Order: sequence, then structure tokens, then C-alpha cells
Amino acid sequence: MTDKEIIASRIALELNDGDLVNLGIGIPTLVANYVPAGKTVTFQAENGIIGLGGLVEGETEIVNAGGMGASILEGGSFIDSATSFSFIRGGHIDITVLGALEVDQEGSLASWIIPGKKVPGMGGAMDLVTGAKIVIIATRHTNRGVPKILKKCSLPLTAAHQVNLIVTEMAVMEVKSDGLHLLEVHPDYSVDDVVKYTDADLIINDVHPMKGVN
Amino acid sequence: MKSIINGEKFKTLLKDGMSIMVGGFLTNGTPESLIDLVIESNVKDLTIICNDGGFPDKGVGRLVVNNQVKKIIASHIGTNPIIGSLMSEEKLEVELVPQGTLAERIRAFGAGLGGILTPTGLDTLVEEGKQIITIHNKKYLLEEALGADLALVGGAIADNYGNLKYNKTMRNFNPLIATACKVVVCEPLKIIAEINPENVITPHPFVDYIWVGEYND
Repeated sequence: MTDKEIIASRIALELNDGDLVNLGIGIPTLVANYVPAGKTVTFQAENGIIGLGGLVEGETEIVNAGGMGASILEGGSFIDSATSFSFIRGGHIDITVLGALEVDQEGSLASWIIPGKKVPGMGGAMDLVTGAKIVIIATRHTNRGVPKILKKCSLPLTAAHQVNLIVTEMAVMEVKSDGLHLLEVHPDYSVDDVVKYTDADLIINDVHPMKGVN
Repeated sequence: MKSIINGEKFKTLLKDGMSIMVGGFLTNGTPESLIDLVIESNVKDLTIICNDGGFPDKGVGRLVVNNQVKKIIASHIGTNPIIGSLMSEEKLEVELVPQGTLAERIRAFGAGLGGILTPTGLDTLVEEGKQIITIHNKKYLLEEALGADLALVGGAIADNYGNLKYNKTMRNFNPLIATACKVVVCEPLKIIAEINPENVITPHPFVDYIWVGEYND
């Protein structure tokens, strides 16, 4: 499995039957490929779909939040942007999965701007992180060896204190009121490896092998 | 039939320095023919309000490339690198607004509200210069309502009365901007006799003109 596949398949185990889920662009999008058998999950696309289906090459009338041709499933609906963000901001989304430039042990996320370098904008990310019941971050553990999981984000924030779970190719970590707990480590790595590549202070007391990985 | 507008009449609505809201999400549901006409008119110093910056060759991005835009208000400009470079050269003003906040500011204006209270953007750069208001022990940012001079609505199926429904995901910001501008022009995908009243998304009083191509009058 590639790093991306490890991250996406592990996050898919967090989905519950009946959840309404919003997936961000990039690795988060892959989570849809690993919905556990027997669970029915409804995906929302922020541009206005409840019941987002798979990608459809050449489709131009239905697009997903990345602007790619997509489909709508039976029972789905098309909605305007205000209604879409009523779902998002109003606490009607059970789980959102988003990428990160940086994420910290206090559950704060930076994902939308590198001042002076890259300013793509926040799109719907600030609303999603603020409004979804559970925020899961899907990210590589480091950016070419430089830790992305920090004591405190250095880049401008997307939102403060909203992240619940961080899943990387190395580990699963949960933000709790007393700090960042290391829950699971991928069998290819040791706890020491994770600590070495993590800037944040990890609370380590009951670590398990990463679920869903052979 | 709702007032039909041709290209020539449409251009008389365009003025230097005006603000224009344009529907569409990454150009899905953007009225490209109306943008063609704005480009032909070559009006300048526009303030463009749109979900995103489109692409250099598609959507509102074309107006930026044609040097007609003074300021753009959007949630995302990452798909149009020209916007990023003009911004860093300080040739273009960019106001980035969280997407849900942008939608709701527009909706609020159309509904006659002065603004909205949202938790989105608290503790971020977005809160700079804005009032924070506490209600039931929860903090919110005060975001002002946002209207404009002209709305360019796309992605719609119109009927003879000027009622609109929208094609698939082309709805996005289109029904919102149709409520929030002094003049609303729609470039429909097609016109049918009558939309079932239960399916009308934008009732005809919101719509001023339907553009149906150059050769109609």
C-alpha cells in the first residue's frame, strides 16, 4: 500500500453507518474508496451535492468540490451554496476529512495560506473545520522529513482547537483536552520513529498497531 | 415573457467601477457568454464577487486576465495563478472570504439583513478588524452583508415568465446572487414554457433580464 492508501483506508474505519461525510481534496477524497462493507455513508460535496457518487470522466454538468466530473447517487439532492454551508456550519456533517500544511497538539489546523509564497484561499475549509462534528486530518507525517505535527502551528490558522483525529502513514493520534495521544503506530515503524518525526509532545501510554493494515 | 436582452442592450448595463456578482463553482454554472460580452465592452475597475477565481481561460478569470478587475472577492483563487501573481505585484486587490461566509453574506443582503454572525474565521486572519459578538456564551464574528450592482446568473433553465431552476450542480451561488444585486441578468441553458411552481428555485421577480443570444430581440 502507498502512504496515501494507508491513510485513506485507516480513516475509512472511522466512518459509521448512516454518517454524513465531507471529504476534502487530495488524500481525503480517497477515503471514499474504502468505506467498510455493510456501512452506508452519505457523502456531501460542498459545491452542492448530498449523495455524491464516484468520478465520471467527461461529465460537465455534475462536478465535485474539486471541479471534477462526478455523479449523484439515488436519493441524493442538489443544493445551493447557502444550504450546503448550513449543513457544514450548522453541525449536520458527522465527519469531515481534510488535508493539512500543519496541525498541532492543541487541535489547531493550518491549511490555506503560506504567506508570501502560496495563497490559494480557504475555500470551504474554515467552515468545515468549524462546523463538522468530527474533524479528521489526513496528512503525510512529515513534509520531506520536516515535521507537520507541531506543538503549535506557525502558519496562519484555518481554525483553532477543532481537530479531533490525525491519521498519517505512520500513526493515528487523537487530540484530547490533556494533549495529543498516540493511539496507533503502523507496523513498519516504531513508537520511537513516530516520536522522532513529530514535533508535538505525544502522550504515550496505550499504543496499538494501526488498524486495517496487514 | 420576461424582458429579453440582447448583447447590445446588455452592454449598456455595464459601467466602469461597478460591482458584479458571477455565479458558478470552478466555472460549473458560470454564464460564459455574458462574460464574453463584459470582455467585449472592456469596462474597467470592476469588483468581481464569485466563489472562486475560475481559470485564466474560463469563468471570471478571463476578466482578470483582460485587466478589467480592480478587486476580486472570492473563497478560493488557487486555480488561477494569474490572480496570485497580480496580487503579489499589488495590481489586484483580493479579499478571501470563507465559502460559507461568502454565501451567507450574499444571502443576507438579498434578505435585507445587515450582516451575519458566524463562528467561522474566529482565531484566524479572517477575524482581523471585525467585531466579535458573544451570544449564549458562544463567540461569533460579525460579517457584513454583501450586495452588488449586477448579477450574472448561469446554469439555469428558465421559463417564459423568467422563473429559474438550475441544472444539477450548476445551482451553487446562482440563486443567492439573484437576490442580492440591483440588476439581475440570466443566461439560461434553455427556456421552457413553464416550470412547475413546486420546482422554481428563483422566482421571476428576482430576475430582470433573460439573455438569449445575439439574434433575439
